[in-house]
Amino acid sequence: MTTMATPTQSAPDASAPVYNPKSESAGAKRAKSLAFHAVALLLTAVVLYPGLWMIASSFKPNSEIGGANTSLWSSNFSFDNFVTAMDGIGGVSTLQFFTNSLVLALGAVVGTILSASVSAYAFARIKFPGRGIFFGMMIATLLLPFHVVIIPQYIIFQQLGLVDTYIPLLIGKFLAADAFFVFLMVQFMRNLPAELDEAARIDGAGHVRIFTSIMLPLMKPALISTSIFSFIWSWNDFLGPLLYLNTPEKYPLPLALRLFVDQTQSSDYGAMIAMSVLALLPVLIFFLIFQRYIVEGVSTQGLKG
Amino acid sequence: MTQSPTLSRRSTTSAPAQLRKSKQRGADARAGYTFLLPWLLGFIALTVGPMISSLYLSFTNYNLFEPPKWIGLDNYTTLFQDERFLQSVGVTVGYVVFGTPLKLAAALAVAMLLNSKRRGQGFYRSAFYAPSLIGASVSIAIVWKAMFGDSGPVDQGLSFFGINLGGWVGNPSMTMPMFILLTVWQFGAPMVIFLAGLKQIPNELYEAASMDGAGPVRKFFNITWPMLSPVIFFNLLMETIHAFQIFASAYIISNGEGGPAGSTLFYTLYLYLRGFSDFRMGYASAMAWLLVIVVGIITLIFFRTSKSWVHYSGDAK
Repeated sequence: MTTMATPTQSAPDASAPVYNPKSESAGAKRAKSLAFHAVALLLTAVVLYPGLWMIASSFKPNSEIGGANTSLWSSNFSFDNFVTAMDGIGGVSTLQFFTNSLVLALGAVVGTILSASVSAYAFARIKFPGRGIFFGMMIATLLLPFHVVIIPQYIIFQQLGLVDTYIPLLIGKFLAADAFFVFLMVQFMRNLPAELDEAARIDGAGHVRIFTSIMLPLMKPALISTSIFSFIWSWNDFLGPLLYLNTPEKYPLPLALRLFVDQTQSSDYGAMIAMSVLALLPVLIFFLIFQRYIVEGVSTQGLKG
Repeated sequence: MTQSPTLSRRSTTSAPAQLRKSKQRGADARAGYTFLLPWLLGFIALTVGPMISSLYLSFTNYNLFEPPKWIGLDNYTTLFQDERFLQSVGVTVGYVVFGTPLKLAAALAVAMLLNSKRRGQGFYRSAFYAPSLIGASVSIAIVWKAMFGDSGPVDQGLSFFGINLGGWVGNPSMTMPMFILLTVWQFGAPMVIFLAGLKQIPNELYEAASMDGAGPVRKFFNITWPMLSPVIFFNLLMETIHAFQIFASAYIISNGEGGPAGSTLFYTLYLYLRGFSDFRMGYASAMAWLLVIVVGIITLIFFRTSKSWVHYSGDAK
């Protein structure tokens, strides 16, 4: 969020009257620009307020959160809440919850990248009977409320004795169950010139060669968007772990947070909010580093946040 | 063999070339299905199979421990006499009907504000987008609960203006506005998509309209709205479908109970409670299938009515 550069805007553009054919006086233009920034900054303050409040509260002693002191800043600034939050809950340290979340998120990224890219290659670059029908079904699953499959899936995994393992949470990632990523990659690959594979075919390359040595390197932007989003979605996922995980040692952060809320109730607000901050930290860091990728990905692919 | 008649008819291509082509086609079919295998396996084992099985379960009594007992349409008929179910429908519909249009209106308004060549546009766009990335998380649900709680910052802020509502979290008539604010707060994702759509509208249209003396309102309804209609359609469809599926925030804010007084008993939360707390899995399956049918009908209605208001470029009007 610190990057303010807008590469689309170049210096000569700024002076050219783009919108209004009637040339305005410099003063009127400045007033308009000032009004724009006033409105936009006010809106920024409103939108970012919950985040700022969360961060500010995480450094406040319990007595001041929701107390008479409404200012964001407290004179009793301390890391106590974070110390308590790092202790964890139910005999499990917060570091363990972090590790669990990380294992699940990285597993999701690897699985999604592998399965979605291979399946997308079939949809985008190989002609085979039934392709159109399957593609339509894949799109339909994008709109399908997934609640219709969670009960039978649970029953299957329960009968296989896989409840309370990470397998039910990860197997779908390795089977391209997140249709959105398949769709994203299909769209991306369709925009790559067809001459590429034709030339490779004439040289005798098969699909495996074309996929690994031509497509994959060119798909880097799509692979990066997919990695970022599948990481964040897995990191934030609540329902999946809630259904399948029973032992706190295996909990990822969202479930640990729920446990924390359940056990402390509102008695230790500060630590609860500090833990919420910790849980969001990787997502926020991701966002700061990859914001351009993320926002561009959303605007071109219609990815949901 | 069966191909030979077609071979002879097409005199332009030589027989060996045709043969090579059909061989290629066979190889392509094999390769196609091999590459598609991960998705196909997942589709069958994790989507189609479970869908059929939940359809079957929806006609049974099943508690995970005893074999399912066929009861016909009983689950469905019971649903419509189940007050908690009807309440969950009301809560969810209210949320979808008020939350989604408000969120999209905010998204469109801000996108139009940002759609100009001004410094800082990239910064604002990123800042406004950020909530969409974290809004559905447990952390934000906890923050929301604290912010709208008794003597939280929202309560304090309103008291300053002489409005004393107390905590919104414990007040059944204020929980819905709280959830609607939570979804409107995440206007960034549709906004970014709107912004991309607005950039596609040629400036000449606005210039020509200005010369004809059109004001901003007319420009909006005669240029922006029709030109943007495919994007509006996409956002409306996706946001509506997603709104039906809100879960984590509802679970956390209400401690997994849907209270106070059932005012946060969202559809998926009730489904979860029935299926995984009461282990009434047949009943929950019936709920899930009803949701699929309703979402399907809504999607269909959207596509049907879209012909009258969604204009794709290149359309002969």
